[in-house]
Amino acid sequence: MTASKPAIARDGGLSLQQQRQKAAFWFLAPMLIALFCVAAWPLLRTVWFSLTDTSLNNLYGGKWIGFDNYLRVQTLSNGTVRYKGTLVDPAWWNAVWNTLRFSVVSVVCETVLGLIVALVLNAEFKGRGLVRAAILIPWAIPTIVSAKMWAWMLNDQYGILNDMALNLGLISSKIAWTATTDTAMYAVLMVDIWKTTPFMALLCLAGLQMVPRDIYEAAKIDGINPVKVFFKITLPLIRPALMVAVIFRMLDALRIFDLIYVLTPNSAATKTMSVISRENLIEFDKFAYGSAQSTLLFAILAVFVSLYIWLGKVDLSGEGGK
Amino acid sequence: MSSGFKNRALRSVAAVALVSALGTPVMAEEIFYVSGSVGKAVENFKTLVKPWEDATGNTVTIVPMPASTSDQFGQYRLWLAAGATDIDLYQTDVIWAPQLADHFVDMSEAAKDLAPTHFPSIIESQTVAGKLVALPIFTDAPALYYRKDLLEKYGVAVPKTWDELTAAATTIQEGERAAGKGDFWGYVWQGNAYEGLTCDALEWVKSFGGGQIVEADGTISINNEKAVKALETAAGWVGTISPEGVLAYGEEESRGVWQTGNAAFMRNWPYAYTLGNGDDSAVKGLFDVTTLPVGAAGDTSAATLGGWNVAVSKYSKHQDVAISLALYLAGPEAQKARAISESALPTIVALYDDADIAAAQPIIPQWKEVFLNAVPRPSAPTLGKYNEVSSKFWSAVHETLSGNGSAADNLAGLEADLADLKGDAW
Repeated sequence: MTASKPAIARDGGLSLQQQRQKAAFWFLAPMLIALFCVAAWPLLRTVWFSLTDTSLNNLYGGKWIGFDNYLRVQTLSNGTVRYKGTLVDPAWWNAVWNTLRFSVVSVVCETVLGLIVALVLNAEFKGRGLVRAAILIPWAIPTIVSAKMWAWMLNDQYGILNDMALNLGLISSKIAWTATTDTAMYAVLMVDIWKTTPFMALLCLAGLQMVPRDIYEAAKIDGINPVKVFFKITLPLIRPALMVAVIFRMLDALRIFDLIYVLTPNSAATKTMSVISRENLIEFDKFAYGSAQSTLLFAILAVFVSLYIWLGKVDLSGEGGK
Repeated sequence: MSSGFKNRALRSVAAVALVSALGTPVMAEEIFYVSGSVGKAVENFKTLVKPWEDATGNTVTIVPMPASTSDQFGQYRLWLAAGATDIDLYQTDVIWAPQLADHFVDMSEAAKDLAPTHFPSIIESQTVAGKLVALPIFTDAPALYYRKDLLEKYGVAVPKTWDELTAAATTIQEGERAAGKGDFWGYVWQGNAYEGLTCDALEWVKSFGGGQIVEADGTISINNEKAVKALETAAGWVGTISPEGVLAYGEEESRGVWQTGNAAFMRNWPYAYTLGNGDDSAVKGLFDVTTLPVGAAGDTSAATLGGWNVAVSKYSKHQDVAISLALYLAGPEAQKARAISESALPTIVALYDDADIAAAQPIIPQWKEVFLNAVPRPSAPTLGKYNEVSSKFWSAVHETLSGNGSAADNLAGLEADLADLKGDAW
């Protein structure tokens, strides 16, 4: 056993492996410090705030109140017992439900559409580079700008969408897209899908380009029909890339804020977890309560991603199945 | 704002050099004033402060904010909580004083001569525990805008009750649509779920005799038959005389429909008067204003008290200069200029008898009557919880208007929510 070790040992008793690890640590340190400052510290502070009675007028004077912002039992003077706190707040659960509905519908649509777009772009045709660049435009526009733009397009009186649909005879009267509770969620979904499909398409395209051409040639020689080729060859081979893309999108969708804040800020039909926690943090005098909701949002995201990685056996390390 | 600081520093250096050359002992400062931008407020502000800039040698830079008061409030609260020194003066809504009082300078001493010339009720609304938090620069009370030409064309009288308004709007809308104007609507107002809906709905409830949500002594009065009737009336307008999209309208959206000549009636603030008479307006010279209708003959008209004030940040590094600007903006000279250029209602009592204002804006003396019927939002009794009260109120109203639940059910729910929120005391 000892005979094999001295071969790689160097002065100071550190092996080459150990030296490399040490060097790597120093190279990583600045990034770790930066991450701690911009991610871990604010997160820990939010968790701390959620356990106090801090208000925005007095950020440093909060007192520890334990889990009262999450759940507490109140006994009224007439003897009735009731539960208060975020965990029994119907507005919060409405927001959770809205967020989940939004995330699932938007991510499914974006994945399917993105895959279709990627398959088209993966084909050889003239001007492919130009089309690939052009399709990214919706994703490149800042969300606030595109949301404002869509708000005008969706406007009931001057909106171009109503005008076109009326002229084509698709609708009989102008629809107030963002105003009515029935259509508000569709309006938000429509804009989000328009905006993020290109992102999905790009990630899918990257996956498609990794698939070796000779497999397709073999399938062609064997005369397999294209639909079967897609489900038996393409899909399994791009699955890892697709899973990662879906995680990215899901994380984004679960914390959606800007689009809804611009399009339908106060509609209970579209209010998401981020929107409601901001409302409590800033608009209402309930900074600690809003922090509790932010903490729950983080917890939900964490649970969701862990479940997804575990169930889908997604490999995020990039080392394949070694 | 680091380049702002640099500029500021450079300008101060330049000013010092200039001043020492001229031998005048004045130090020029650059201060920052933040304000929401509705209509032409931002453009007019530069002209408005010019005399003060010339007299003192200081300069003011306006930082424009979104038109939505809820958005402004969120941003201001963050800046103030962080103790930001970049902004010296804040233009604040009449309802914010109790919520932001801690962050502003007490101006009762500086304004001891000026304050008594204002309407006492407005000064009182800006006084929190003996501290004068902000100085009023103009007040606001909405009115009913109507198209003189169309009322005459269809032989309808100016409506006095909400039912008359509904009937008149229906007649005109049907007539105009038959004449080929497919996008014509009877009545436009502010129905989006935001602070503006609280104002609109408070007027309906109050003018039906249904109280003012939370009374001055803190009792929750919103769940009553008259309030239910008021909301049912308003819900009946959506999709009939008002477009369904009114449920997403703020002030500017309703003004858009009105000013392009597509509405017979509009509920809006005085700023829309000057803009409606602008050269690019399709309704120039064709409209007039009156008090908002009442529920039934015998009720009194109600107009939500709006209005804007100027507050000096406790964290400002130029407090003396900022206070000087606040006094100027709240003073007679600036209020008169603002009344003439923007039809903004003065808060100084004497200005309602001013001949120049009466000549330039004949509606302002008329508006004194609207203003006398003004009803305050319950920001004083509900203190720091006002925003949440307002949000719960506008949500219940918005639900009713959208047809989710009846007015009676939604108001009963609202009453329970407000009682919960109130707890033992506001």
